[in-house]
Amino acid sequence: MSLWRLFILNLIFMLLILNNAFASKEPIKIGAILSITGPASFIGEPEKNTILLLAEQINKAGGINGRPLEVLIEDSKSEETQAVLSAKKLIEKDKVVAIIGPSTTGESMALIPIVTQAKIPMISLAAGTGITEPVSERYWIFKTAQYDRSAVEAIYKYMQKKGIKKVGILTIATGFGDQGRKALLELAPKFGITIVADERYKPKDSDMTVQLLKAKNAGAEAIINWSVGPEQIIVTKNWHALKMGIPLFQSHGWGSKKNLQLAGPAAEGVIAPLGRIVIWDKLPDKHPQKKILKSFEESYMAKYKSEPGTFGGHAYDAFMMVVEALKKVGPDPAKIRDYVENNIKNWPGISGIFNISPKDHCGLDATSFEMVIVQKGDWEILQ
Amino acid sequence: MELFLQFFFSGLTVGAIYALIALGFNIIYNTTSILNLAQGEFVVLGGLLMWYFLEKIHLPYGVSIILTLGISGLVGLAMERLSIRPLLKTADPLLLILITIAFSILLRGILMFLFGKEPYGYPPISEGAPLIIGGAIIQRQVLWIFLFVLFTMLFLYIFFNRTIFGIAMKACAIDSLSATLLGINTSQMVMVSFILSGIFASLAGVLVTPITFVEYDKGPLLTIKGFTAAILGGLGSNWGVMAGGFLLGILESLIAGYIHSGLKDALALLLLLSMLLFKPAGLFQSSEQARLRKL
Amino acid sequence: MKRFLHNHYFHSLVLFSSILLLGFAIRDPYFTTILVFAGLNALSALGLSLLMGLAGQISLGQNGFYGLGAYISAILSLNLQIPVPLAVLMSAVLSSSLSVFLAIPALRLKGHYLAVATLGFGEIVYLLLNEWGPGGPSGFGNIPKFTMGDIALENPLSYLILVWAIFSAFFTLAQNLAQSSYGKTLQALHSSEIALRTLGVNILSLKVKIFILGSFLTSLSGALYAHFVTFLSPASFSVFYSVLLLMMVMLGGINTLWGAPVGALFITFLPETLRPFKEYDILIYGLILTASLIFLRKGIIHFLKQGIRK
Repeated sequence: MSLWRLFILNLIFMLLILNNAFASKEPIKIGAILSITGPASFIGEPEKNTILLLAEQINKAGGINGRPLEVLIEDSKSEETQAVLSAKKLIEKDKVVAIIGPSTTGESMALIPIVTQAKIPMISLAAGTGITEPVSERYWIFKTAQYDRSAVEAIYKYMQKKGIKKVGILTIATGFGDQGRKALLELAPKFGITIVADERYKPKDSDMTVQLLKAKNAGAEAIINWSVGPEQIIVTKNWHALKMGIPLFQSHGWGSKKNLQLAGPAAEGVIAPLGRIVIWDKLPDKHPQKKILKSFEESYMAKYKSEPGTFGGHAYDAFMMVVEALKKVGPDPAKIRDYVENNIKNWPGISGIFNISPKDHCGLDATSFEMVIVQKGDWEILQ
Repeated sequence: MELFLQFFFSGLTVGAIYALIALGFNIIYNTTSILNLAQGEFVVLGGLLMWYFLEKIHLPYGVSIILTLGISGLVGLAMERLSIRPLLKTADPLLLILITIAFSILLRGILMFLFGKEPYGYPPISEGAPLIIGGAIIQRQVLWIFLFVLFTMLFLYIFFNRTIFGIAMKACAIDSLSATLLGINTSQMVMVSFILSGIFASLAGVLVTPITFVEYDKGPLLTIKGFTAAILGGLGSNWGVMAGGFLLGILESLIAGYIHSGLKDALALLLLLSMLLFKPAGLFQSSEQARLRKL
Repeated sequence: MKRFLHNHYFHSLVLFSSILLLGFAIRDPYFTTILVFAGLNALSALGLSLLMGLAGQISLGQNGFYGLGAYISAILSLNLQIPVPLAVLMSAVLSSSLSVFLAIPALRLKGHYLAVATLGFGEIVYLLLNEWGPGGPSGFGNIPKFTMGDIALENPLSYLILVWAIFSAFFTLAQNLAQSSYGKTLQALHSSEIALRTLGVNILSLKVKIFILGSFLTSLSGALYAHFVTFLSPASFSVFYSVLLLMMVMLGGINTLWGAPVGALFITFLPETLRPFKEYDILIYGLILTASLIFLRKGIIHFLKQGIRK
């Protein structure tokens, strides 16, 4: 009896899996693994929108050398098991020629052995240093998000100029916050800065007054908060309510007008290192990034009625690198990899001007950030 | 002292939120002995609907609240009809709890579909700078929440002890068979309790959102915290679960302030659990009371 | 012959060989990977199924054991260079011996209190992995692959064999246990705890033993997970995993141990088949779960049995 039960089950599962295995193979397929749901969905959502927008634009313009582009976007649910399954599906079932993503460092790290074994280039959208270093062991891996340490360097340089020496840091207990925390702790001595308080909070916590007060009581002359999503607005509101009298710095995840709307007057005076996508209209016309920033921002706004922000920019850069490679060398994973490694030089993207080389698979540094302050509900570049 | 007071107020703020959710658990538990683990999703639903009426189509505050509560009550009704009713007669309690989890996943999906993944917020009931008491600050909205918690307690007390309908509902929880024999329509009572609890949870969401913001996937965390508070305080007793909520919030805040902010959730939980081992019927009721409440 | 057909050694063998056959027939690493995860989930679910079906106890803290099993084994093999198979075994033993400290006090509690005590345990482990685990919330990688002697289990197919072989072994064991007088006593627990107590049976000790066995299986599954994915972060060990296991056991069928593998296969494959729906899969997923709990209330196994009888 149980034999029959098993056969029936097997049959059902086989059918489920095989149902769409016989799709047409005409278009060029690239894959994207993004944290569309789960704790990191604040990052994955604009990335997904960006890729859909770009794919549509490219196909409208006739595709790549006459062939349409098909992007398969998988939701990794911000979690490694799902990321691994997504990668296996994209590589083995869909036979994609390149993978964009994942959105977070942890998921990217989990995929390194898989894409390396399958010999498929992967352009991660996450910031962690370990994703592309050591480069000798990351032959197939690139990334388009600035290193966390670049954002930290930008903040610390500014503090050095202002004579701030004692800092209290607040970080969220997720991969994003943790990477920031490690960079903050590691780089502080180099800039003559002491971390006097190292406070943490959990995703979806509702009040950070305690952490802020502890930092101030430890003698901090400034607060740095590292998180994305509603928590960073709550920190801003608590900071404002406490009338702390010391400046609040946020991470590069702060760059969304939505944050300014929700925080209201509490956001006045908050400083953060932001990618240029946020302040493109304030750049001088001759800035090499201005043209693409403008066209990207405007087309994204037209389609989604919201801003792409820093994270949409990461997806833009990764996608355009793959598209450029496809146009030049065709849908061959190894050739795409070689192209990205050797031909992305002085390449103006959304996140900065890329210089990728066999020694650096990211190609961005601290100059890709501008220090930005909130004034009258809008961004202002700090000189 | 000032510092302690501030930590304490911060704990009260968080605790009030937990207490609200814990009370929501009680409404359904008291009439049906079911634990509704979709409670957090109803809180989120309240916040999101309120945002929609207030900020998107610009209705007045009062009208928005009434519409929000009305719709949430209907969702509570839908939940009872679609998921609880078909199982009520045959299934064991575990299945009933699991079905509420399954429904919470479904509700979360619908909320994501309708509102997307962004955080939302709107102004508090009374705007203005936070109040300063003894050098420590407390947000005005928190006072509204306290007021609402007290109102809920009073309402539940009067409803379950002074109205025929409420007494009938209580009878169903204690012994549904005898209640049926006495001519009480048991399944109608279950329906009413789900509607009531949906309304209360969404009102909690309406009040909490100006402080914490709301996004579609905030529910599970709220459920876990409220669930822990409710059971530790002593499920069944309104005073108990309310105290459980405040205690959890204050403990977390004091641990974050005086010990370690990274360990606050773990230590608070550990402390409460070890207390539970000495008072297995909940911290704020004796085992006699728990037995009378038919655990 | 007929007796042999109804023998559970034979059942396990059929299950094992049909999974293998499926793996070899399809030969698609994506499909095989799903089967590996299904096997890991089945092993975890078997632990919970024993606890729920035999001892009538609920646990919402299995994610704690899953996480402990994974982290301990990864640390043992990565930092102390202990060979992987030994590390896996040590980790399962270590983590399940920790379960004694939870089991003895917690199993005195009943119903909802037991649920919250185990939930609390799982949450605490999860929070501590975030705080003290190597790499913190970002996790850590470079965990050695599973190697037996000189053979490294590199491809999913070899891992598939390993995981399902281990599952089948414990599955047979669990079925023997359920048939034994020991198991019968435990099942009697559901109906009358007082009657058993008057007969002088030490109920607590029975429950504790089952609890330890259950947590051993879940820890073992966690350890095997670590060496398959080779990267760990706390995100995989949140309370959602425990809820998922609960769904597997209930959907598969709580009255039979077969519920564990069948429920695990169902719950593991369901989101994969929903991939074409993109992020809205959560909507359909919720709908299917709600519907299956209502219509298959006694479990898939029961449903299939009925279907075949008709």
